[in-house]
This record gives sequence, structure tokens and C-alpha cells, in this order.
Amino acid sequence: MTGNELIWRIAGGSGDGIDSTSQSFTKALMRAGLNVFTHRHYPSRIRGGHTYVEVRAAEHEVKSRGDGFNFLLALGDSFARNPQDEAYYGNEEAKPLSENLDDLREGGVIVYDEGLLDESEIDDFEERVEANDWHVYPMDLRGIAREHGREIMRNTAGVAVTAALLGMDTDPFEELMSDNMGGDILDDNLTVLEEAYETAADLDHSHDLEAPTADEHDEQQVLLNGSNALAYGALDEGCRFIAGYPMTPWTDVFTIMTQHLPEVGGISEQVEDEIAAASLAIGASHAGVKAMSGSSGGGFALMSEPLGLAEMTETPLVLVEAMRAGPSTGMPTKPEQADLEHILYTSQGDSNRVVFAPSTVAECYDQAREAFRVAYEYQIPAVIVIDQKLSGETINVPEAHFDREPNPDLGSTLTEEEIAEASHHASGKFNRFQHDPEDGVSPRSIPGQSDGRFLASGNEHTPQGHISEDPDNRVAQTDRRLRKLDAIREDLDDTELDRQTHYGPDDAEYGILTWGSQQSTVEEAVERLNDDGHSVKALGVSDLMPYPKADVTEFLESVEDCLVVEMNASAQFRGLTQKELGRFGEKLSSLLKYNGNPFEPAEIVEGFEVQVNGGTEPPTAQVRIEPAAGD
Amino acid sequence: MSKSFSAIDGADEEGIDREAFTPGIEPQATWCPGCGDFGVLKALKGAMPEIGRTPDETLLVTGIGCSGKLSSYFESYGFHSIHGRSLPVARAAKLANPGLEVIAAGGDGDGYGIGGNHFMHTARENHDMLYIVFNNEIFGLTKGQTSPTSPKGHKSKTQPHGSAKDPIRPLSMALSAGASYVARTAAVNPRQATEVLAEAMEHDGFAHVDFLTQCPTWNKDAKQYVPYTDVQQSDDYDFDVADRREAAEMMHETEDKLYEGEVLTGRFYVEEDRRSYGQEKRETGEMPEEPLAERYFDDDYEWERSYDLLDVHK
Repeated sequence: MTGNELIWRIAGGSGDGIDSTSQSFTKALMRAGLNVFTHRHYPSRIRGGHTYVEVRAAEHEVKSRGDGFNFLLALGDSFARNPQDEAYYGNEEAKPLSENLDDLREGGVIVYDEGLLDESEIDDFEERVEANDWHVYPMDLRGIAREHGREIMRNTAGVAVTAALLGMDTDPFEELMSDNMGGDILDDNLTVLEEAYETAADLDHSHDLEAPTADEHDEQQVLLNGSNALAYGALDEGCRFIAGYPMTPWTDVFTIMTQHLPEVGGISEQVEDEIAAASLAIGASHAGVKAMSGSSGGGFALMSEPLGLAEMTETPLVLVEAMRAGPSTGMPTKPEQADLEHILYTSQGDSNRVVFAPSTVAECYDQAREAFRVAYEYQIPAVIVIDQKLSGETINVPEAHFDREPNPDLGSTLTEEEIAEASHHASGKFNRFQHDPEDGVSPRSIPGQSDGRFLASGNEHTPQGHISEDPDNRVAQTDRRLRKLDAIREDLDDTELDRQTHYGPDDAEYGILTWGSQQSTVEEAVERLNDDGHSVKALGVSDLMPYPKADVTEFLESVEDCLVVEMNASAQFRGLTQKELGRFGEKLSSLLKYNGNPFEPAEIVEGFEVQVNGGTEPPTAQVRIEPAAGD
Repeated sequence: MSKSFSAIDGADEEGIDREAFTPGIEPQATWCPGCGDFGVLKALKGAMPEIGRTPDETLLVTGIGCSGKLSSYFESYGFHSIHGRSLPVARAAKLANPGLEVIAAGGDGDGYGIGGNHFMHTARENHDMLYIVFNNEIFGLTKGQTSPTSPKGHKSKTQPHGSAKDPIRPLSMALSAGASYVARTAAVNPRQATEVLAEAMEHDGFAHVDFLTQCPTWNKDAKQYVPYTDVQQSDDYDFDVADRREAAEMMHETEDKLYEGEVLTGRFYVEEDRRSYGQEKRETGEMPEEPLAERYFDDDYEWERSYDLLDVHK
């Protein structure tokens, strides 16, 4: 699996253009026919501070960041010129080189900007280089950039050196630059590219690493992250209203929607807080527009109140929860899957919602569409759970994946003709919340329609919407609202989408259960484990509520033992599984990671091997094993 | 216009009377005898025929508390939301369908306490809607606790030593936050209240009406029972309602005098030439010209696909 692949890490300071440079580099590799995947790591700071982006490229499919990396481009942190070493963040100028050595594979290549970095400042550098057979190329990238353009173009110089050392030609980079810039800036960048390329091409190469090559892709590919795909899914499903308050990593979805909504005749509102944001989405939805809101952990906590209001008034609502590490403000730019219970159980009373956790960028699009369809069809809040990993990682997806018709259908909403035929009570109001529908859904009218008047109340209410504490009505209304989840489960099982995804051979002995964004990493680990002679399969769960009891039961019955892989410390998905299924406690152990970084496939491979051998000591200090209940 | 919103442009304005806004459910169920809330309901019903709106084209969004029950006793489309949140629900509904007559209502705890942040921002944005705050200087439905408008020194079970807080100055708050219409009226005079509500609904922008309501059960001491002076009707108060500074001065006067036993009411600020938020958004291209909600019922409307947005990702 890790044969002919490049994992290129570009490191530098926040604000130095690391992200945009890596995106261009990735796109060039994609255009060359390779499969690509990027992983972003950045601090919660605007300028300065150690940041890196990893770009994995191979001819074979790439599903995760992979293990470690084999090419380091260390640029130096131009904003880290802190005169006081003891100040809050200290002097981090050397970090782009020093902080990245632990994960560099044996035989890897290091290019560093000797204009800003000095290897002699790093302890044991020479010894480590020798021990790991690293190949080091100090290059004056800043000098080249200054001489032929401007200092900021040292990123371009770094890309050019990468290309020269890996035997790539510069055509795709030149093409991309021409797409993105013009005038003197373009000319200068092209000159810097050429000069740096030639300087590096003249060096004696001591390494074996070459850029992977590929035939052209059969299909046109697009490079997207999870936030983009989610937003496009929402737009295609007819969402034309968003309200939000900025919070990392939810802000990405919010800004993408804000950029496109006016173009397609929609409305975006940045409002005073998250309670208002979700309440606005409810107001727009009540008035007949497909609407969404969202936040990250702390902001979603504020939405607990309107979430319950949407449930009680049966107003369709779609919320996004882009998880980051918590509790409280936690680690703003680091991923975790620890908001699961918060999302499932927040809000008071016997409350219900649909919760989807897409696993990949492509699935973000699919699940966003499904969330809107289900929310409007069943008049229920739907939460789409992503995390900082899925939100920001990019991968190539066939363009055809997005080639589906838009769906502006408002779901179970009546036309005026249908309202005229519907039942009304004595005072002329429309019977909005009838007790009897088997699937729990009583169709609604929209304000402004003739004779469709009703009261939507967050208090318990009669079929006409009037506040009521009548015990019979209470039971009938509660039961009807709860019936929706069973109907939704059946509905979801009938859709063509592969909702719970199986990885590995059907007859495997051992199981791995996982959810959300960790699925593709698990998939890669499962392939590797089976190649290594283990007998493993995995089930990746994307529906969290209503829980896919039948699918998971079948899976767990078919394996001897099962490892649950998730990014939190309290084994929340394992807890949900045991609660929903009421058994399998003795079969489920956990592999947990909560240090701010997503799993790498090797950690799952090693964790699994420990479990198979009956051990409880984790393979590294960065993960934890939680044994099964019976152990 | 789409057939599914025929109520909005197809209304036959002749023959709308206040009875059209009376549902088959009586407020006596939850409002105490002598409650000022009856006065709000009466004035609102009276104002609707004045502005020529029908129940089908009106959306009333309320908060929680005795005031929140208004949506039960007023016949229109209704949304009984949660404590303090009527404004965000209402303003989005207005953006989604500007053809609707949107009214938000709540109490003094609801509007000036828990919903204070929304009040400030809705006023600032100048959404085209009427916002009625039932001000009886007390929490009624939770049985008589001190509210943001209770006078300093007010004693209750939650402030047994007497409140150490100065009361909120709601009119001044609305003005400084950016409301383009600010008035105070009182349940004890339904004629003025009706006029003010009608004028506020016809105003194109955010119209805040601080509606003094008496609470005969929990707040017998409040000055809301006292006969009031209409500042527009009295020669003593000659000021220009379009002048922000003069309006601010008059607001301070009524806000000071309320707790001294003299109640001044009327329109305190009317800004005619300011565009509402919806108009601003339409003019900058941030929002479509046609009511967004109608598109979902328009079979001929061509929905754009995100597929067309993918070029930048290639």
C-alpha cells in the first residue's frame, strides 16, 4: 500500500501561505492523474506558529493521511520573529524544521530554507540524519525569491525545488499559476519557479524517492474538502437560507454558503449568537424556505434550546455540528469526536432528531442532501456531524458524483388546493398536528397560504396548535412525534445510498467498528491487516440516530471480537452501541485517540494487533485501549 | 405571484373587521381578570383592519409568559416560540417572505431580559416588523418575580431586600440600538394603543412599542393604572419626533417619570427615510427581489445546481 507514494509535508508559519501553496501543489498532482489527499495541521493563531499541510499522492486510491511522510519542505516561520524568547509563544523560528522530524520516514528527503533556518541550531540533527538515512538539501529559497521576485514567493521556490528533486516537470505548476494570477505577479512567480527549479536540478541527488506517476484519470476529478461538499449538497437540495455565527471549524461551511447563496438567490445571515442563528433558521423554515444553521461544540450547546423548539413545533431544520476538541473552547483547530453524546441527547424532554455522520468528502455531499430530504419530509431537526478533520481535508472526487438534479421539494407541505380539502376545526383553523398519521407526519401549511392558519407552539398542543395539558392529547402527540424515527429508519434502509459501509472480507474473524470521519483510515488499516495475514473486516457507521440496529447487530454477531475506533476519551460510540443494542458488552473493546490528531492507519493496525494478542498496553502513548466490559 | 401564497396579494381588503382576528378560544382561560394583556389584544385586533391585512397574511411570533399567549387568542398564522427568542424567528420569516405582515410580541422579562441581545440587534438591523413588549414591570406567569423594568427597591421573593438594580430604559435602548420607530402606549387607553399599533405596522422598518400593561395579581403598585399623558396631544411636549436628540430627551423624561407616577406615552421617534434591512439587502444583491418562499411553489423556476460551481475545484 505504501509503495509508490509521495507524502509531502510543507511546514512553516501560519499566515505564510502554506495552505494555498499546498492546495496548488495538490491540484497539480491531481491534474497529473494521481489520487490525492491533504491533511491540515494548524495552531489557533493568525500569524506565526507552527503549521503544516501534508499532501499524499499515489496512483492507487488514497483514503487517509497515511503514516508519517517522506518529503519535508521546511520554509521557516516569517512571523515568528519574537525578540523575547520567554514571551507567550516563544521563538518558534526553527520549528518548521525541528518539529517535523519525528514523523519523517527512513530514507526521506528534507529541503529547508537556509535563508531562514539553520540546521546547526537543532540538537542531534546530524546524528538523526545519519541514523535515518535522510537526504538533506539546504536551499536559499528566500534568496532566490528576493532576487527574482518577492520574498513571499519562497513558497513557489520550494515547490519548484520539490519538483526538480522528484523528477517532475513544471508544466502543471505553471498552468495553475496562470489560472490563479496575472501581470507582474505571475511573471515574477514563473521566474522564481524556473530559477529555483534549475538550481535544484543541478544538485547531485542522493535520494531514491521519485514522484509517483499515473495514467490520466478516466473521469474528470475535482479537489474538494468536506465543508465544500456539504455546502454543495445543501445547495443542491434546495437550501436557500443560512444563519450562523463564526466558530472554527463550522465557519468553513458558513462562509462557503455565504459566498454562494446570493448567487443562487438565497439569503445568508451572520447574527448575534448561536441561539439566534438556529432560531432564524426555524423562522425561515416555518415561512417556507429550506434553511440551515450550525456551529461547533460550544456554539451548538447554545442551539440546544431552538433544537427542541424545532422538534416540538415540527419545523424542519438542518444543523451542522463541526466538532473540535472540547470541553468548553477546548482546542479550536484540532479534531475530536467527543461531541457525540452532546449531539444525540442535548435538549430537554423526550426529544428526537436525525443525526448523520458522513465519513468522506463525497459522503458529506450525499448526507447533506439526505439530511434536508429527511428533515423536510418528516418535519424534524436533522444534524450533520462532521469534525475538524473532515471539514478541512481535501481529496479528489469524480465530478460526476455531483451531477444530480436539484430538489426544491419542501416535503410534507400542502398546496393551497390541498389545504382547501383538508380538515379544519370550528374556528376555521387548519388541523396541523393530527394524532393519527402512521409515520408521525402531519402535513403543514405555509404562512400566507389561504385558510392554512395554525399555531406552531413550543408548548404541548392540540391538533390545531392550541396549548394543551390534556393527558390523552399529550400521549397521542408524544407517541406520534416518536413514531417518526421508526418511519425514518425504514425510509433510510430503502434508499439506494450505502449508508453503513462494510470494509474487508465478509467472512473475517475479527471486527472493527467505527463512525464518521475515521472510516476511511480504518478502511486502509483493514486492507493492511488482511495483507499481513489477519482476518479483519470493519463496519463504518454514518447513521447515528435513528441507530442502524439491524446492520450493527448482524455485523457484531458475525465476528468473534470487535475493536471500536473513535477520537474521544470516553468511548462514546461504543456506549451508544451497547445502549442501542442492549448487548455485546463483552465483545467490544475500544481504541481511543484524543491528542488533537486523527488516527493514522498504522496506529489502528498496531492497536488491533495488541487486542488480538490479548494485551491492554497501547502501542504508543498517543492512543488508549479500553478493554471490553467482561475483561 | 405563486398560487400558494394567494392570501398575500389576493386579499379582499373590504370587509376585514376585527372579528376576523378572533379565534374560537378565549383568553380568560389564562389571563387574570383586569389583566393589561386584554388591552394589547383589543388594540391589535382593532389595528388590523386599519392597515388592511387579513389573518392569512399575518404571522404573529410570540415568546413565553402571559404575553406569549397572545398568539393563542389572536387569529392569524402563529408561532409561539421560546422565552426571549421571538425576534430571531420573526425576522427570518420576514426575510423569507417579505409579503407577510410580521409581528413579534413578548413581555418585559422576555424582551428586555433574556432576549435583550436579540432586541438590540434586530433594532440595529431595522427589520421591517412590529415588536410589542408587554411591560408590566413584573414576571407574571412565574408568579411575581422582579423583572428588568421593576423599579429600584422592588421587593419580591427573588429580591427580598429590594432590587438594587436600576430598571431598563427600553425606549432609549431601542433608539440607541437603531430602531426607526419607537413608541410607548398603555392598555388603559385602547384608542391611542390601536392608533400606535396601526402606525407602527405601517412603518417601513423596525417599530418598537413599549406597551404598558397592568398586572392586577402580582404588581398592584405599578404605575400602569395611572392615567397617562399623550405627548403628541399635549402642548407641553412640543418636540420633533423625527429629531433623534429631541426624541432621546423625551424618552429620558418618560423613563424617569414612569417611576415617579407620571406616565407619558405616544410616538417618541419616527425615522421615515431609512431603508429597512430587507430593502438594503435587496439593493446590495444579498437577497432576491422576489419573496424567496414563493420559489418553492413555482414549478417554472429553474433551480441552479452546485455542479456549475465545481470549475474552481478542477
